[in-house]
Amino acid sequence: MNARHDAEGHEAAGNEATGNEARIAEVRAALDRVTDPELDEGVVDLGFITAITVTAPDEVDVAFRLPTYWCAANFSYLMASDMREAVLGLSWVRRAVIHLDDHMYVEAINEGIAQGKDFTEVFPAGDGQDLSAIRRNFALKSFERRQEMLLRHLLAAGHPPETIAAISLTALEALKLDAEGTVLRTRYLERRHWPQDVMTVAEGVSPFAFVTRDGERLMPETLGIYLRHIRRIGLNAEFNGALCRGLLASRYPGTAPAATPDFIGAG
Amino acid sequence: MYKAKDGSELFIIDGHVHLWDASPENIRNIHGKQFIDCFYGYHASLSPPEQLWTPEKFAKYGAEQMVKDLFIDGPDDMAIFQPTYLKDFYKTGFNTLEQNAILKKRYPDRFILNGAFDPRDGEGGLEALEAQAETYKLKGVKLYTAEWKGDSRGYKLSDPAAYKYFEKCEKLGIKNIHVHKGPTIIPLDRDAFDVADIDHCATDFPNLNFIVEHCGLPRLDDFCWIAVQEANVYGGLAVVLPFIHSRPGYFAKVISELLFWLGEDRILFGSDYGIWTPQWLVERFMNFELPEEVMKETGKELTMTAKRKILGENAARLYDVDIASQRAKLSRVEMAAA
Repeated sequence: MNARHDAEGHEAAGNEATGNEARIAEVRAALDRVTDPELDEGVVDLGFITAITVTAPDEVDVAFRLPTYWCAANFSYLMASDMREAVLGLSWVRRAVIHLDDHMYVEAINEGIAQGKDFTEVFPAGDGQDLSAIRRNFALKSFERRQEMLLRHLLAAGHPPETIAAISLTALEALKLDAEGTVLRTRYLERRHWPQDVMTVAEGVSPFAFVTRDGERLMPETLGIYLRHIRRIGLNAEFNGALCRGLLASRYPGTAPAATPDFIGAG
Repeated sequence: MYKAKDGSELFIIDGHVHLWDASPENIRNIHGKQFIDCFYGYHASLSPPEQLWTPEKFAKYGAEQMVKDLFIDGPDDMAIFQPTYLKDFYKTGFNTLEQNAILKKRYPDRFILNGAFDPRDGEGGLEALEAQAETYKLKGVKLYTAEWKGDSRGYKLSDPAAYKYFEKCEKLGIKNIHVHKGPTIIPLDRDAFDVADIDHCATDFPNLNFIVEHCGLPRLDDFCWIAVQEANVYGGLAVVLPFIHSRPGYFAKVISELLFWLGEDRILFGSDYGIWTPQWLVERFMNFELPEEVMKETGKELTMTAKRKILGENAARLYDVDIASQRAKLSRVEMAAA
């Protein structure tokens, strides 16, 4: 009898532990989709998330840190706000507490996020610059960067500019690609499909897979020039990524520097 | 002076140096501590291991060390002091014009002094700038457009208040406006994504030169686009160049973009000393060659002529340094010292 109780007790505790781990995994998966807008990389991969705690059956606490004490308040706020939204998107979460550590505006940011305030309420300034403008700007940059990587991959794989310019969204989705190409396509389509308000063209969603940030289709004759133009976006993001990884590793020694993601390749 | 492998000599002007005091005695508050820690992060993460300093040395290296690192062990012939006041963080300031002037007095032929202003200081600031220019014969200033001040989260170079200062600069003979448009190191948000203001002021003040420090990275895309249209916009290589060690392939792409959009006449070397020392930076840069595929992409080469311009001739032109006579002057001083 006693043994059975014990076993049941263990089993119950085991279930709880498994349940907890499963919830944490769900939170992590939700946070995986949150990116640092300047780096266009996930906050989890970057090593920003330090702890995920399920504090009650419907409550989650996420702690995060940044590479410097000075990281721009607006980007910090944007990430914290995106994290909160991502976690609250899970069906079982009613309350999500996001904690930023070691930052110049740690109190203002944590309080503002907890109260669901808008960035401009927390940091009032005359220029009216709000987060939606930054979001849009960086969503477009991310779109172009991911597009450039995929375009170069397709060109290198032997797809001629004419085919690339003419390919439809559905055909791209069905195109047979190698492992690297598949990753690049997934990343690109994430931005191609989202956020809709950014990529919406006057006449609706373009049927072509590759369009400019204004929704115009690419022309095979000018593909080279177009690539030259958007190339600098990737150089920015790469600069930020390398710098931020180095700074984070230097600021928190003992924590292994997060690896550069495969899609960037060796420096 | 740098002696190239072919025996030719290059005159080196380091466009971006500091002499700071971030010792515990001078730190006013947590911000001061965090600020120097952040600088150290740049130093630690982008330097070759054999070039690493201890945090203690980094906090206050002193004038003697600086002279040694720049001119004796290092290849610099001249260096341009860019001040960073930060008096809210450091009791006597972090790196002020007044402190730099002491060293300039001891080595008048070696250093060029730059000043600073903030358009939000209004009329009083204009008078202070005039006094500064007169005392130190300024030819340049360093600006931080994104510095937070009271409730203000920065300013734009295209603001009417900034224009008053540019008009004043023209009158005072200050023709080189260095602007920090780069990675986040000061409480800021706006400049983290904005170099557009340069476009306006560069058009409206064709007699002034706008040197965008750190090449607007992380906004290289916007920066290149503006620079290509404005002949008086330059790119400063501080913070960009150290990537030559940790990510040479990446550095190759960036420098070739700059060569393509700005051209070799509008890129300026700067070590950002004491974050990095010029010796290894110049050595690596001189030995650096663009990979074939990068050259093919932009059609630009990093020739010996380009290197010579970037390392000294471009800055000499902006600061009215006659290289031949300056070289003669420096060698006379050295002989006298010996």
